[in-house]
Amino acid sequence: MNTTWSRFNIASLVLGFAFLYLPIVLLVVYSFNESRLVTVWAGFSTKWYVSLFNNQAFIDAAWVTIRVGLISATFATILGTLGALAMTRYTRFRGRMLFSAMIYAPLVMPEVITGLSLLLLFVAIGLDRGILTVTLAHITFSMCFVAVVVQSRLVTFDRSLEEAAMDLGATPVTTFFKVTLPVILPAVVSGWMLAFTLSLDDLVISSFTSGPGATTLPMRIYSQVRLGVTPEINAACTILIAIVAVGVIIASIANKRREVNRARDEQAAARN
Amino acid sequence: MQKLIGSVTSRLVISVPYLWLLIFFLVPFLIVLKISLSQVATAIPPYTPVLDITAGIRSLFNGISQFTWENYVWLVEDPLYYKAYISSLVIAAVSTVLTLIIGYPIAYGMARAPASIRPTLLMLVILPFWTSFLIRVYAWIGILKPEGLLNQFLMWANVIDTPLNILNTHTAIFIGIVYSYLPFLVLPIYSALEKMDYSLVEAAEDLGCPPLMAFWKITFPLSMPGVIAGCFLVFIPATGEFVIPDLLGGSSTLMIGKTLWSEFFSNRDWPVSSAVAVVLLLLLVVPIVLFQRSEAKAQESEK
Amino acid sequence: MKSLGSFRRKFAPWNDPQAKPFIAIENVTKRFGDFTAVDDLSLNIYNREFFALLGASGCGKSTLLRMLAGFETPTSGRILIDGQDMSGIPPYKRPVNMMFQSYALFPHMTVEGNIAFGLKQDGMPKNEIEARVAEMLKLVKLEQFAKRKPHQLSGGQRQRVALARCVAKRPKVLLLDEPLGALDKKLREETQFELMDLQMKLGLTFVIVTHDQEEAMTMSDRIAVMDKGKVKQVATPAEVYEAPNSKFVADFIGNVNMFEGTVTAAQDGKINIDIAADKMTIRTDATRDCSVGQTVGFAIRPEKIRLSRKEPANSSVNAAYGELYDIAYFGDMTVFHVQLENGRIIKAASLNAVRTVEDPLGYEDMVWVNFDTDAGILLTA
Ligand SMILES: Nc1ncnc2c1ncn2[C@@H]1O[C@H](COP(=O)(O)OP(=O)(O)OP(=O)(O)O)[C@@H](O)[C@H]1O
Ligand SMILES: [Mg+2]
Repeated sequence: MNTTWSRFNIASLVLGFAFLYLPIVLLVVYSFNESRLVTVWAGFSTKWYVSLFNNQAFIDAAWVTIRVGLISATFATILGTLGALAMTRYTRFRGRMLFSAMIYAPLVMPEVITGLSLLLLFVAIGLDRGILTVTLAHITFSMCFVAVVVQSRLVTFDRSLEEAAMDLGATPVTTFFKVTLPVILPAVVSGWMLAFTLSLDDLVISSFTSGPGATTLPMRIYSQVRLGVTPEINAACTILIAIVAVGVIIASIANKRREVNRARDEQAAARN
Repeated sequence: MQKLIGSVTSRLVISVPYLWLLIFFLVPFLIVLKISLSQVATAIPPYTPVLDITAGIRSLFNGISQFTWENYVWLVEDPLYYKAYISSLVIAAVSTVLTLIIGYPIAYGMARAPASIRPTLLMLVILPFWTSFLIRVYAWIGILKPEGLLNQFLMWANVIDTPLNILNTHTAIFIGIVYSYLPFLVLPIYSALEKMDYSLVEAAEDLGCPPLMAFWKITFPLSMPGVIAGCFLVFIPATGEFVIPDLLGGSSTLMIGKTLWSEFFSNRDWPVSSAVAVVLLLLLVVPIVLFQRSEAKAQESEK
Repeated sequence: MKSLGSFRRKFAPWNDPQAKPFIAIENVTKRFGDFTAVDDLSLNIYNREFFALLGASGCGKSTLLRMLAGFETPTSGRILIDGQDMSGIPPYKRPVNMMFQSYALFPHMTVEGNIAFGLKQDGMPKNEIEARVAEMLKLVKLEQFAKRKPHQLSGGQRQRVALARCVAKRPKVLLLDEPLGALDKKLREETQFELMDLQMKLGLTFVIVTHDQEEAMTMSDRIAVMDKGKVKQVATPAEVYEAPNSKFVADFIGNVNMFEGTVTAAQDGKINIDIAADKMTIRTDATRDCSVGQTVGFAIRPEKIRLSRKEPANSSVNAAYGELYDIAYFGDMTVFHVQLENGRIIKAASLNAVRTVEDPLGYEDMVWVNFDTDAGILLTA
């Protein structure tokens, strides 16, 4: 490869990552700003974190968000995994086209449409808006993301493993729980994590579908942001970023460790 | 194979997610459609007629006869709406092109990076995607404000002497969309480029094709599936985007997501906001179908 | 008594009209869409037999095996195993086990876990499972690898785990789809003998799919040669090699020189065939019915052809004169390509039984090829 191209590559990577990370870094940095003015640096302080933890509205919202996130991610993972199985395993059933459309469309559907339509459904069936409706809404859109993640693992899944299990006397259900699920588990777990963060982050759909007492953290942040930029929001954002970043980094380190171990084992096996 | 798996199990596997999506994804659209044909009312729910299936077929027909095109007529007559549609489509298209121009070199740089650091680069691209959309948009307010960090920096560097007015303009929206949707575009292009066999380019060069030409004739066409998927992933949601125009675009920008939001939350006009949603969906149905096709095809070819 | 080639063992239930086949495949057809992968195929396989399916890629071998295992259902026809009709019986209820080409070892289980898997499905008591697993590990010589995961094993070890896993259940029939395909040549030869030992020891019926003719010849009691979903010949390795029933089989198995000509005379159990194209007359035993004037094929294996510089005694039949065109030296033997006047190449092989040769044959030498009247195969199909 010639050097100008490599230089171009490195430059585009550096600039690209600077673009991606600089705003977040600045946001984090200014959460430690002494001044109330977000954009003027006046020395290091953690006072905004203290005031955040004294803000009952934020704490309540965080609690709602976490509950909704855990429950919706879990159900979305179950439904999404089933959906992925249906898509990869049954190439022919009635209405498969519609099914596939309903899996892919929510990935790109503008959130205002999804939010509005779900709200109208809840009103039509007379379901009171609250944590339940937000959770149902989150399950619906995040199950499609889970389905896509799990599906991309399933298409490369070696079907002969399942055949071998059945050949050895395992029924289809046993085969799924003893062979298929353990093998695709990493994809299912990352599907869960994706669903959880999607739920954690969502503003628009939650705003439509939630009711009194079910204000989520993004909704709380949004209503504060509309009133102006404050270091307290920066602090709240920093905490959210930190939680997600730590989770993702731990997961990827664990993944990396597993791969390294595996590569080492394979080399060792090749030698003997 | 189908017959082997107990038909009960297979029916369960298919029907549980299927029913869920029917009830929570498809039926709501029908309701939106229905309400877009209703009249606004000061009641709970704030529209008439309220169709009640339990009240029997006759009253259902009565209700249907009360349907009205009024809301759609309203959308056509008030220039606010069609301007908002057009401006949304234009903003989404321009942003998609900008995202592609910025994202392609990043994806290319990642795919050509040494294999050992590729997973790390991949994680670095995905990581911002895991952090909240709202937070990422919010971060730009502090940067783009007249007294914000960008202006402070440019004035400190003596590039400008009066602050630039970026926040509350289209430029801010473009920046916001590009920034927020960049990973959606980089990832599919990266995975297309990474799968590509680099010896194809070497073969082209060996056959006398200069590097830039080889890129244009070999690499770019082969990355096309990723480019297409990525562009859909940016364009479609960006068209209906609410958070970015609301926080970065200020009151002067027209985007349909914002219009829908304010019809719904400020005016409490459910029928009109439903009509807005139906028309938006009609505008997006072609790109959505194309997207679904290309994804389904990509999954098939993986097998 | 004269017989064809050498036998592996004295075992020939297929010649016994009283013997009942253990696996009976009756007029089985399998279609994928409008493509016919297995075409009206019938086969009988006997208890304790080592049976090989041999054929070109895509001829339907795996499909046939997968129908025996229950992963595919025949479009028509039926399969009986031990007298029981298998239609509608799912794979997990069949008395057969399959060893997969990819081995299909469960990546998240240890070697022990893999071997115990099938036993657990049968609800075998724990201590019995342990005993059986230990026995299997010993059988495939993997005792010290019990706790390893599949990715920590070499290719040959994985293959043995896969084998132990399907043998552990003591199935009546073991199906093996190219079990040795992923091994290198040396390991493959060792494993061939291990498999044969195992089959004898456990008294199992083996049905093995292979691409490799030598492998099929070495291991099996009988070979079915398949082509485009049909069985062309089912016979012992020696019969398939020395007495193929058709041009296809003769050509498919081993090396062969093929001729085509017209029968000009028939008497005393011998016939003359005029090979007009090569200006040659072949005289051979009339092992098949044919009449004067009929067009027939004649196949002769290279090792049954002699080469000499001197003209043979009766050069009017079974002889031809040409130029040495190519010499392929294999160590144990050498294959000579002799080009006749019309450009036709005849292959002749000779065993290098001695280390030094005086005045060896070289390129462009003019030589005679000739063979005996019982050396070739008369083919009418
Ligand atoms: N599920 C399927 N759908 C459609 N066609 C199939 C399917 N399985 C097999 N075939 C076709 O049936 C034919 C026979 O396939 P099979 O796998 O039995 O061949 P094979 O003899 O085992 O070949 P190989 O030696 O390459 O393994 C092939 O042409 C294959 O393309
Ligand atoms: Mg095969």
